[in-house]
Amino acid sequence: MIDFDVVTLSRLQFALTALYHFLFVPLTLGLSMFLLIMESVYVMTGRDIWKRMTQFWGVLFGINFAMGVATGITMEFQFGTNWAYYAHYVGDIFGAPLALEGLIAFFLESTFVGLFFFGWNKVSKITHLLITALVALGSSLSALWILIANGWMQHPVGAQFNYHTMRMELTSFSEVLFNPVAQAKFVHTIAAGYVMGSIFVLSISAWYLLRGRNVAIAKRSMAVAASFGLACSISVVVLGDESGYLDGEDQKMKVAAIEAEWTTEAPPASFTVFGFPDVRARVTHAAVKVPWLLGLIATRSIDRPVLGIDDLVARARSRIVAGIEAYSALQLLRASPDPPDAALLRRFQAHQADLGYALLLLRFTDDPAAATSKQIDAAAGSTVPNVPVLFWCFRLMVGLGLFFIALFATAFYLATRHRFERHPWFLKLAFFSLPLPWIAIEVGWIVAEYGRQPWAVDGVLPTFLGVSRTSVGNVWASLLGFVIFYSALAVVDAFLLVRTIRRGPDGLGFAS
Amino acid sequence: MSSAWLDYATLRVIWWLILGVLLIGFAISDGFDLGLGASFTFLGRTDAERRALLSSVEPVWEGNQVWFVLGGGCAFAAWPLLYATAFSGLYLAMFLVLVALILRPVGFTFRGKLAHRRWRTAWDIALTLGGGMPALLLGIGFANLFLGVPFEFDRMQRPIVTGSFFNLLHPFALLGGVISFSMLVMHGNAYAALKVGEPMASRARTVAQFASAVFLAAFLGAGIWVSSTLAGYEVTSAMDHAGPSDPTHKTVAVVAGAWLDNFHTWPWMWAAPVCAVLGAVGAHLLLRLQRPGAAFMASALVQAGTILTGGFALFPFLLPSSTRPDQSLTVWDASSSAKTLLIMLAAALVFLPVIIAYTAWVFRILRGRVTLENIEDHGGGY
Repeated sequence: MIDFDVVTLSRLQFALTALYHFLFVPLTLGLSMFLLIMESVYVMTGRDIWKRMTQFWGVLFGINFAMGVATGITMEFQFGTNWAYYAHYVGDIFGAPLALEGLIAFFLESTFVGLFFFGWNKVSKITHLLITALVALGSSLSALWILIANGWMQHPVGAQFNYHTMRMELTSFSEVLFNPVAQAKFVHTIAAGYVMGSIFVLSISAWYLLRGRNVAIAKRSMAVAASFGLACSISVVVLGDESGYLDGEDQKMKVAAIEAEWTTEAPPASFTVFGFPDVRARVTHAAVKVPWLLGLIATRSIDRPVLGIDDLVARARSRIVAGIEAYSALQLLRASPDPPDAALLRRFQAHQADLGYALLLLRFTDDPAAATSKQIDAAAGSTVPNVPVLFWCFRLMVGLGLFFIALFATAFYLATRHRFERHPWFLKLAFFSLPLPWIAIEVGWIVAEYGRQPWAVDGVLPTFLGVSRTSVGNVWASLLGFVIFYSALAVVDAFLLVRTIRRGPDGLGFAS
Repeated sequence: MSSAWLDYATLRVIWWLILGVLLIGFAISDGFDLGLGASFTFLGRTDAERRALLSSVEPVWEGNQVWFVLGGGCAFAAWPLLYATAFSGLYLAMFLVLVALILRPVGFTFRGKLAHRRWRTAWDIALTLGGGMPALLLGIGFANLFLGVPFEFDRMQRPIVTGSFFNLLHPFALLGGVISFSMLVMHGNAYAALKVGEPMASRARTVAQFASAVFLAAFLGAGIWVSSTLAGYEVTSAMDHAGPSDPTHKTVAVVAGAWLDNFHTWPWMWAAPVCAVLGAVGAHLLLRLQRPGAAFMASALVQAGTILTGGFALFPFLLPSSTRPDQSLTVWDASSSAKTLLIMLAAALVFLPVIIAYTAWVFRILRGRVTLENIEDHGGGY
């Protein structure tokens, strides 16, 4: 029934296109704030150098913005082309924030971005600043709606299955809107985008200072990046913890996998700083542990346990068994006339919260109602995500986050003393840090989304089931097309960015 | 959730209309930059001429394209079954549209960044494809709604799509492609005639007049085809207009000429094709009379008339199934829940007027022609 080639290729395509899209979007978020800050200073002080800074960083923003927009449309289309059953099954809830993103955010951003570039001589200073502010507001609102949609996949609230329409339907829009996971993700992600923008500005400015070029612009840019970046890098780590806490409530399996916590420890659980998770033996070799820390982060208590993987698998198994009840009742409901037998309806309603768990069985059998004990075990085992990948990605992300705080703290100290030139080692460090925010943000995506597996929507719809029933040839064609097309675009984009940076404000006519 | 004055059936009709409004908004606004993109290398022979043409749409095309993105988002939110089956059923066509739409933002932004002749030629080709391919493919896709798309549902309501790209190349679908391509090329060139200086404006007038003639011939040809031999779909069982969205509980017949049923039942619907035809004739004559502003308005009328003609003919069908006509998607059995429709309607009623207001403000700031003299100000892109 399920074509697993289509599943694998569609997942690969989604992951590659999302990771690629995510190279550009956080920088758009970050740089839009820089444009707004720099132009505000220009309008308030009337000093022309701040206008030229806005215009110079604006050129880089524009190149990156185009790539972000171009690759974003792919994400929207894919839900229909490759994830048709997903689109049908949860579109009643998931479609709304996507449509609202277009209506409220993307329209705003895209309509005003043209005037940002072409409106300098057409509108007053204040109006232009307002336009820049609307572009920045549009990008941030866009992130908010997308993360409300994504937050619902991580923690589906305000929805219920309707057996008439065979899909999830909205029961409370405010629950979807004020989903705590979505709010935490929004703040974490947007702060990460601001950190990326800050490191981008910091690194490139450091390069100019090392070369003794564009000193006036570079020093001011560095000062803005140091202060804004320090605030944002602290937020991203602190609010990242908040998102770990929420995961502790809703996605216990993700936390257990991130920590490679195979069995439940006596509370409060210790935090594994380092080690080598061994999936087969279900132990973590050479583990270096900090007592109490995980329990404190994940439960905010010293007495509640952080469930380990083995206990969570056992819990999934019992939900699968309950889900089979719901699944069997659903088949009878579909076959019976309307209105159905009240007892049958009650039987379905008693177990419908676990229906998604029965769907996990479709990977092992065409008829979950008649699943064997072995198949149930296999389905329960399939709820564990890839432990070593999550373990390492998470540690890489957190390590980079801590490094960014140190980097910005140093930059902030040097900026307040006007001492960048006397410390070329720092300028070099700042320059070579340029690729790091991309690494942090990509592994962060992997932790959040690969860690959600095997679910497309946690506890509701398994990823493999969400796929379109299209031919494998189609998916091969689009996947190869994307790889070739996106690789070519990446080369052109990198070439243009490097060329623009090398020419610099002086070469582009933005120097005084 | 749905109150007495706004029942489920009414909400469904409203959302069918909103989908139409978004499509028309897309055709009128993004349509001109797609049409211009498809033909600008013909209108502009030198790099300066091409820059002037691109400059006339550069500040606005990005916002215009959001009509399309929003149309997709609203289809997802209000008609999830349509979104799922149409996009997966037209898989490779959608992929090609996507590639074209990706070429545009990068093309517009990257072209001017280097003065190299080959660099610019390469992006000219990308922008031409980026404008022309959607103009052609969207018409082919729309015409496929008349033919039906091969899909059916399994017991879990999973759509199974069996179409391949070549299903799209039915002669009627190709005729649909000609209609949309000529319609958008006419629109883009009417815009160029209005917004760009000489000598591009005169060339644009000629192209727009030619395109309007092609459009008229193709549109009338399609009308004759639909009213004679082309099979249409009609619902033959009673449908609960406020029932749950399950498209497997009705019977549908496939009958030649059935796509004209609605026009017989509600003769006022003839206003739509009449607008399309009169608009095209009007645009042609007004361009000849050197009245580009009025011609552009006439061309906008063609966009609205054509899309409404298609929508009226199909109603209540959204996406007929050629393999299992009984499982076709209609307005009455493929929507979101009443609650989602109501919430999204409230949002659309608040934000669509806001969008139209600020878009109008942006266009007002950018009023005036782009001529060869005034593009030199920011020539070179940076």
